[in-house]
Amino acid sequence: MENLSGFLILGIATGSLYAIAASGLVVTYTTSGIFNFAHGATGMVMAYIYWQITDPEGWGVHPILGLVVVLFIVAPLFGALVERVIMRGLQDTSLVTKLVVTIGLMVGLRELVNQVLWPPAVRPAAKFFPGDRWTLSGVSVTAHDLIGIAVAILVAAGLYLLLYKTRIGVSMRAVVDDRELVRLNGGRPNRLSMFSWGLGASLAALAGILAAPIVQSTLQVDPLTIFVINAYAAAVIGRLQSLPWTFAGGIIIGVAQNLAVVYLPQTEALTGLRPSVPTILLFITLLVLPQTRLRTHSLQRLRESVPHSTLQGTLLMTAVLMAAVALVAQVSDARMVLDLSRALVLCIMILSLVPLTGFAGQISLAQWTFGGIGVWVAATWISSSNPLSLVLAALVAGAVGAVVALPALRLQGIYLALATMAFAVLMDNLVFKQEWMLGSSIVVDRLPGLENDKVFAIFLALMFGLLALFVVWLRRGPFGRRLQAMKDSPAACATLGLDLTRTKLEAFAISAAIAGIGGVMLGMLKPSVGPNDFLMFNSLPLLLMGVVGGITAVGGALFGGLLLGAFPVLARVLADVPVLPELFLLGPALAGISLGRNPNGAVNEITRSFRDRNEARRRRKELREVADVRPEGDGVAIGPEAPAHAGDGRVLIDPLDEPEWLGIDRPFTQREVQALNEALDLKESDLDVTARS
Amino acid sequence: MDPRQPSEANARAAAMPPELMQDPLLELEAVTAAYGRIQVLNGVDLAVPAGTVLALLGPNGGGKSTTLKVASCQMEPTSGRVKIAGRTVNGATSEQLAELGVCTIPEGRGIFANLTVRENLELATYTGKSLSAIEDRTYSFFPRLAERRHQLAGTMSGGEQQMLSMSRALSSDPVLLMLDELSMGLAPLVVEELYAVVSQVAGEGVSILVVEQFARTVLGVADWAAIMLGGRITRVGPPGELEQELTAAYLGDR
Repeated sequence: MENLSGFLILGIATGSLYAIAASGLVVTYTTSGIFNFAHGATGMVMAYIYWQITDPEGWGVHPILGLVVVLFIVAPLFGALVERVIMRGLQDTSLVTKLVVTIGLMVGLRELVNQVLWPPAVRPAAKFFPGDRWTLSGVSVTAHDLIGIAVAILVAAGLYLLLYKTRIGVSMRAVVDDRELVRLNGGRPNRLSMFSWGLGASLAALAGILAAPIVQSTLQVDPLTIFVINAYAAAVIGRLQSLPWTFAGGIIIGVAQNLAVVYLPQTEALTGLRPSVPTILLFITLLVLPQTRLRTHSLQRLRESVPHSTLQGTLLMTAVLMAAVALVAQVSDARMVLDLSRALVLCIMILSLVPLTGFAGQISLAQWTFGGIGVWVAATWISSSNPLSLVLAALVAGAVGAVVALPALRLQGIYLALATMAFAVLMDNLVFKQEWMLGSSIVVDRLPGLENDKVFAIFLALMFGLLALFVVWLRRGPFGRRLQAMKDSPAACATLGLDLTRTKLEAFAISAAIAGIGGVMLGMLKPSVGPNDFLMFNSLPLLLMGVVGGITAVGGALFGGLLLGAFPVLARVLADVPVLPELFLLGPALAGISLGRNPNGAVNEITRSFRDRNEARRRRKELREVADVRPEGDGVAIGPEAPAHAGDGRVLIDPLDEPEWLGIDRPFTQREVQALNEALDLKESDLDVTARS
Repeated sequence: MDPRQPSEANARAAAMPPELMQDPLLELEAVTAAYGRIQVLNGVDLAVPAGTVLALLGPNGGGKSTTLKVASCQMEPTSGRVKIAGRTVNGATSEQLAELGVCTIPEGRGIFANLTVRENLELATYTGKSLSAIEDRTYSFFPRLAERRHQLAGTMSGGEQQMLSMSRALSSDPVLLMLDELSMGLAPLVVEELYAVVSQVAGEGVSILVVEQFARTVLGVADWAAIMLGGRITRVGPPGELEQELTAAYLGDR
């Protein structure tokens, strides 16, 4: 290969951009403990803003000035704002909440660009010094590529100086160790976090702007986002903490990707392989790199609470849902019925996350991928009009889920989420597009008797109800207890002899099986389905809305699914109203982002607020009763705890631990004195208490 | 103490000796504090006169550490006032206090485990001292830290880590120093060494509030001692007088 060295240079150039992006991710992660899934989308948005500022079709500002404005003003402000408004509220929340909020931001930025700010159009992405290029052993290397390499070196040196040679950098690293202690030293952790988020956004912007013309000749939302997401692999090689390894990782990925061009055979089946190289490396790195051990110290105190669904409640919910769907189907037009059916399919997909995320605390970003496998099995292995095909789809999707989970089992938290994301992206690029799979879109027949759309909508409601009952039954049984125990403390479970591996595997399999059924339902609903129905990006709103609804309860899945289904409908119905349609399209993202303020999800919050109100009303009533009678009483209170005085003459009682009141809430009569005396074996003359009668 | 009411919740608050109330640098007035619904401080009155060492003693769960957290503004009291040098500081943040010269060494090791010794000292510069001045003073007290200046703090022994955390108190020239459980988990010899440093700092006129569970060592250093039970200060007095009562307070025997 005489052009090897040329490809090597190109690889290093690509790798440099990965390294820049990944270093930004690592800086924010190490200082705030939040893995920013929106990092890729941030880079993408900044590339668009840069285009807007500098392109002749935009405002036509000089590129250097535009670069300065984006890198040193827009991006840092954006990052600092994200920290201040969204991320700061995430302290003491679970990993799922943290992930969902950043995923919400990612989905939001993507929608914002696609739907609101820059609807798809041709926007040329200009390289720096486009004329300057040299041919190096048969490969054309541009000045732009070399600039990327130089910038990466500068960034590496700058970050090293910042983090190790300045007080602000040392403080940023100190915040990771002990936030409170930094404050006791006189440092301001909140400002440091804002600074690191600003820095992270600036680095994402740098990578995004430099990468835009390399990814494609025009600006494209998803490829650009994915490019920066690919850099996550580099961050993982650096184990989210080591900057030198992160830079090395970036270079490794870039070189591997370019060498794949040289060495891999150019066959039809492998066309998706080259862009998948970073994802494959991410997957391999996740599996090979040593992981942190189970955490045994400090029981985490989280703001989330975990309510349970009951079987009776779920039965009732199913009945009400079916009746409501039947009613709505009867009165609304055909299009509305389809929208409703779609929302119900989304409910089933979110339900598939309940046992996995809600009960077991694991994260999957590949639910639609499992759905795609399910629909493929049901439609092509046997006829989908045979009810057995549903069972088969569930079994195969479940088995695939288990196989994916198997190597991923030693992973926890973010790493597991990244592994499922990598799996989903690989399936998107390599498998689903194949002709024998979903590439030529497949038509899925409905079960006999369901040809009518209205009947099918009711059937979907029944299907959701049955699956929900299954999930609740699981939760109420020993398996559910194991899942909950594993979520609460993996270390304690391990010491009790609980097989964590098997439990996680089962949770994954069950979740994937339900998702498989959901996929078949989508297939039956739509005239035909293709690879675009099962993209990784589609799975993100499922997790978002699931957590927003309240992923620990099946009611949360219903709420989240209906809401997710309702957003586009509302946007369409209100298309003439200004602003509102855009707002509804951003709905899932906004809801996800809002979660930082309210991590328990909507359904839980609503039921809890009812409960709290009743409780408060009960308490107030009791307090008032006591306060009213207090002035005339002069008796004694007998109980486990003496009552506390509120200081203003009233007496506060804990309703759960109420003392027995004698002579306070009613007159202390002679009869009671006698009873008391007998009980205490006392004579009248021994008593100080003067009875009133 | 009323012998018929042994419950901690009913322990009566002790009156402050008048000497304590003269020119106090730190003063808590009827402070109550709670974690969620659970109230742990039930009206704490405490004063640390300028230039003295007050040891706050008592068994587990008495509210000592919470008192210190409230005094250092790490925790907001539910009622009552925290005054430093006569000014109410309720609502201030702990970083603001640190800049004003209040040095708090929290329970456990008050160090950053993943930073080097030198970087740990660099963080003490938020108080306004230069790094070289802080290093000079620290290393003159603890020469062992000088040898380890480029070592990660988390890899040192427990005693060395506690020395490092004390070095902030030493070198940042505070007005008020608050120490929480300095002796926790350390060998008696190391504890003595650390308290020798505390008394030296006290000799320079720094007011010190020390929270300790194991009292013997600290009583030698303190000018005043206070016993805390059930979220209240139950006894304040000179250390010699309190020594006997301490046993009773810990063992519940009166």
